[in-house]
Amino acid sequence: MSKLRLIGDGLVKNNPTFVLLLGMCPTLATTTSAINGMSMGLATLFVLVLSNMAISALAPVVPDKVHIPVYIVVIATFVTLLQLLMQAFTPAMYETLGLFIPLIVVNCIVLGRAEAFANKHGVLESACDGLGVGLGFTCSLTVLGLVREILGSGSAFGWNFIGGGDGMLAFVMAPGAFLCLGYLMVLFNKLFKKN
Amino acid sequence: MEYFLIIISAIFVNNIVLAQFLGICPYLGVSNKLSTATGMSMAVCFVITLATLVTFLVNKYLLVPFQIEFLQTIAFILVIAALVQMVEIVLKKVSPSLYQALGIFLPLITTNCAVLGVAINVVTKEFSFVPGGMLNLGQALVYAFATSLGYGLAMVIFAGIREHLALNDVPKAFKGVPIAIISVGILALAFMGFSGMVK
Amino acid sequence: MAVNSNLTNMVLVLGLTCLFCSAVLGGAYVLTKDPIEKAAAEKQNRAIAQVLPHFSDLEYNADGHYYKATDGDAVVGYAIESSTVGFGGALSLMVGITPDGVVYNSSVLSHSETPGLGAKCTTDGRFMDQWRGFNPSVKKLSVTKDGGDVDAITASTITSRAYTQAVANALDTFNAICHE
Repeated sequence: MSKLRLIGDGLVKNNPTFVLLLGMCPTLATTTSAINGMSMGLATLFVLVLSNMAISALAPVVPDKVHIPVYIVVIATFVTLLQLLMQAFTPAMYETLGLFIPLIVVNCIVLGRAEAFANKHGVLESACDGLGVGLGFTCSLTVLGLVREILGSGSAFGWNFIGGGDGMLAFVMAPGAFLCLGYLMVLFNKLFKKN
Repeated sequence: MEYFLIIISAIFVNNIVLAQFLGICPYLGVSNKLSTATGMSMAVCFVITLATLVTFLVNKYLLVPFQIEFLQTIAFILVIAALVQMVEIVLKKVSPSLYQALGIFLPLITTNCAVLGVAINVVTKEFSFVPGGMLNLGQALVYAFATSLGYGLAMVIFAGIREHLALNDVPKAFKGVPIAIISVGILALAFMGFSGMVK
Repeated sequence: MAVNSNLTNMVLVLGLTCLFCSAVLGGAYVLTKDPIEKAAAEKQNRAIAQVLPHFSDLEYNADGHYYKATDGDAVVGYAIESSTVGFGGALSLMVGITPDGVVYNSSVLSHSETPGLGAKCTTDGRFMDQWRGFNPSVKKLSVTKDGGDVDAITASTITSRAYTQAVANALDTFNAICHE
């Protein structure tokens, strides 16, 4: 399978948010603005690519019965690495994303791709798969974050177009997350699903 | 008194699913039948409370004294994975029918963000109703137990709604997950009415 | 999975993985420790610089949670960390008070207030500016709703009250320092 096809698949065919329906928790929690959503997506992409590569390399030597704990430890290592790097070099975003950075460990997308793809394919292909799915995730989060930011704070990527930063608050808070995601799913279904 | 505040806050004001966005994946997957929803809630309740107990102690007596807090994520998730494995083995022996009913969802509790989320929150977050902010073991356990009660409550309410939705005429693009998520949004809106109750 | 799942193999692989990963993280921790501490210190210093006039030296008092800022022999002021409980959780402020007992400025260190409402405590210019040069002996330290002189954030009385309380606590600490 061509490497570029792999990457492209992650955006629509295997889009984690709208097709695979994985990784809902960070999707809803970190999309209070476009920048937050995008940062969370990129953080997850970092872990996805690296863990896919590592697990793809390790898979031949891991006994079947113990493979889940081993994969989880590998993923947790990359997540902790990300935590340390973000704490040191992007402390503001580290505080904004908060709890959801360590929660990347249990993000079903990461373990899901490891189980479904990485342990059956080569290292480079797994990296491409991780990149594609990660990009799909980042796009979904950015779009959801943008919608919520426009409706909820009257700004886009931090640029205020309604003076005073006033918007429909419900969209920046919990219910708005669910409602926006639901309606975006409907839109995605209408645009991309053939059945 | 503060235990009461912790319980009310965890179940209603800061409901783990509807306000904190944790535990959504199994929430959507298991809640289409009331019976599986109740069984799942009980299993999650047990795991969250037990996991919080062990991770709190691991953090207090192992990670902090040796200054290896950076290993927190790995240590916690390993504890949780081991606990779920143990619960599986015990459940298989003690109640095979419940074990069968839960099926694939039991091992999936390991990746339930609610479990890891509560474990991490309890040792890092500063709580407003406790002087000094950090919880002790007793408060942490009450918080964990109350949080899982909130999870169960949200799940049972939602399962009821979904059973009704399944009998109704839903437009094609909305069918399945989208209409479920929109319903959760409305439920979350309702629960927002509880905010400000504790303060 | 080409390797046999017997007990030795399982323990070996899991054990080696954990050891290797812990070693990698240990190394990463050592490498990032300094940048992390630097980032934290920078954040603290930025908050202090915002709330006090120019100073050249800082002295931290761990018991009272405050910094004494001096320029040569003269005391420029005190930057006091003060926390209260807001609407959504802990509200933590850095309050700068000059030796005459007047609040030079205040800034928010951390909060969990509602975005668009209480969270405006970091963006609402009208609310934030009133703390510059707030003199507690001339103005009453409570929100107008409670009969005081503090202009609350629109529709966020609880957050405003908490903020006011935090400033009051800082002033109490300041008075305690002066009477030492």
